[in-house]
Amino acid sequence: MTLDSLGLYLISLLTMGGIYAVLALGLNIQWGMTGLMNAGVAGFVAIGAYTTAILTTAPSGMHLGGFGWPVWAGMLAATLASGLLALPIALICIRLRSDYLAMATLGIAEILRLVVRNEEWATGGPRGVAGLPKPFTDLAAPYDQLAYLGMVLALIALVYWLAERAYRAPWGRVQRAIRENEVAAAAAGKNVEAFRLQSFVLGAMVMGLGGSLLAHNIRFIGPEAVEPLIATFLVWVMLIAGGSGNNRGAILGAFAIWSLWAVTEIATAQLPPELGGRAAYVRVFLIGLALQLILLYRPQGLIGEKPPRPLSRID
Amino acid sequence: MLEAAGLVKRFGGFTAVDGCSLTVEERSLTGLIGPNGAGKTTLFNLLGGYYRPDGGAVRFKGRDISRLKPHQRFAAGITRTFQIPHEFQRMTVLENLTVVPPAQSGEGLFAAWFRPFTVARQEAAVVKRAREVLDFLKLTHVESNQAGALSGGQKKLLELGRAIMSGNKCILLDEPAAGVNRTLLAELAERIAELHRTGYTFLIIEHDMEFVGHLCRPIYVMAEGKVLTKGSMADIRADHRVVEAYLGSQGSA
Repeated sequence: MTLDSLGLYLISLLTMGGIYAVLALGLNIQWGMTGLMNAGVAGFVAIGAYTTAILTTAPSGMHLGGFGWPVWAGMLAATLASGLLALPIALICIRLRSDYLAMATLGIAEILRLVVRNEEWATGGPRGVAGLPKPFTDLAAPYDQLAYLGMVLALIALVYWLAERAYRAPWGRVQRAIRENEVAAAAAGKNVEAFRLQSFVLGAMVMGLGGSLLAHNIRFIGPEAVEPLIATFLVWVMLIAGGSGNNRGAILGAFAIWSLWAVTEIATAQLPPELGGRAAYVRVFLIGLALQLILLYRPQGLIGEKPPRPLSRID
Repeated sequence: MLEAAGLVKRFGGFTAVDGCSLTVEERSLTGLIGPNGAGKTTLFNLLGGYYRPDGGAVRFKGRDISRLKPHQRFAAGITRTFQIPHEFQRMTVLENLTVVPPAQSGEGLFAAWFRPFTVARQEAAVVKRAREVLDFLKLTHVESNQAGALSGGQKKLLELGRAIMSGNKCILLDEPAAGVNRTLLAELAERIAELHRTGYTFLIIEHDMEFVGHLCRPIYVMAEGKVLTKGSMADIRADHRVVEAYLGSQGSA
């Protein structure tokens, strides 16, 4: 591997890790702060990715649209569309206990995956939507990728700032109280359903944004990208590994687990060809093993939740 | 101030609260005793909005609040505590208190993001108030501890602390003395009496007769979902129906 290609590889590694960091931040809002068990992250990723794909591609007979919107508008629409999908789900399911919410969201994500796979007129079916515009492509070779990475990092910073501010404010304190004891939160006068709804929708919007970043990065979105394994399970592992309830933990976990995922790809590529076909399962096994080890030896994650510093310093 | 009028609550074929009526006068320390299974906690859940009554009504300051949800009853001015402490375990003792006060502007996302100075100013006031309450309850030394790690008695004090933080003057205490050691118990009774003097109204469920007799007047006795009698501790001790209710059929035999 030359130095140049190593550099490019690192950029792409960090970009993907960064996109997952956005997803993990979204899940941390829902699960880490409020205790909402969303087992359908992939569904919101799909909504985000397909929304921006349909809106920003050039007109095509292969799928709905495209409408040729600018990338930023597609990403904004992806964020909003994911929130809009989350709203009715939340209205129906938010009263459910966390395990039932997990089942409901898992089911909805699977329905969405089947829809994008089968509704060819809209989503291109198994062929997916290709030819998404990618920003900064007018820059010379490594700089276009570097600029995209820069954009991803800037968006992580923005989402982190919003999530951290919300977490440290009384809003986050109420969310954590609901996570700890819903009945007592209601006895403390908090409208539990309204708060849970806000957390669910906000987290889903962040996931939609992450989905749009994913699609623009590889200029393509297909049903494989929104498989529950890659778009739900992996995000959960990242959040648990990094430290659920901690926004920095979510980011760190995303980069760490994505690096591990990438290393297993290199490692399994060395397998003899007769085993090569099974490599994908070995990778999943390794990630599962990593999760088990984390849960056994460091259940709070790499950086666990700390009580946030109060917003006011009066002492 | 707070009135239960002929409340009925059934669970399947079992009637837990069966036409129960009682009145908590403003600035009173009203006690509620009765044998296990008398329906006291069910009555509390009806008053707090956790159950919808199958009959009768809950009135607060003359207003029918029977259909209000728990958080709406809180907003109306009633706060309840729990028999088994419902602390927010993985939050600090201080946070357990600061979370409570209503109408904190930082509970809205917009203010949390874009009005940091307003939020910080309010937060300073809330923290100051919480520290006063911790001081009042003698919990200052555990301010930064996780609430889940407190002793049973300290958790009971924290329950009372959260109720004080609510700003509501009508507080329903569900067995505040249960699981509290005698030293802390005297402390707790003193705190409640002190709050009462400053204008609070209490309805207290309690098994500890000494605690109730010392603090409460009037005392209601519940049995089999109904109010059996009402009066001072001396009246109640003299009432043979109360003895029967506690001792069951053996008492009347």
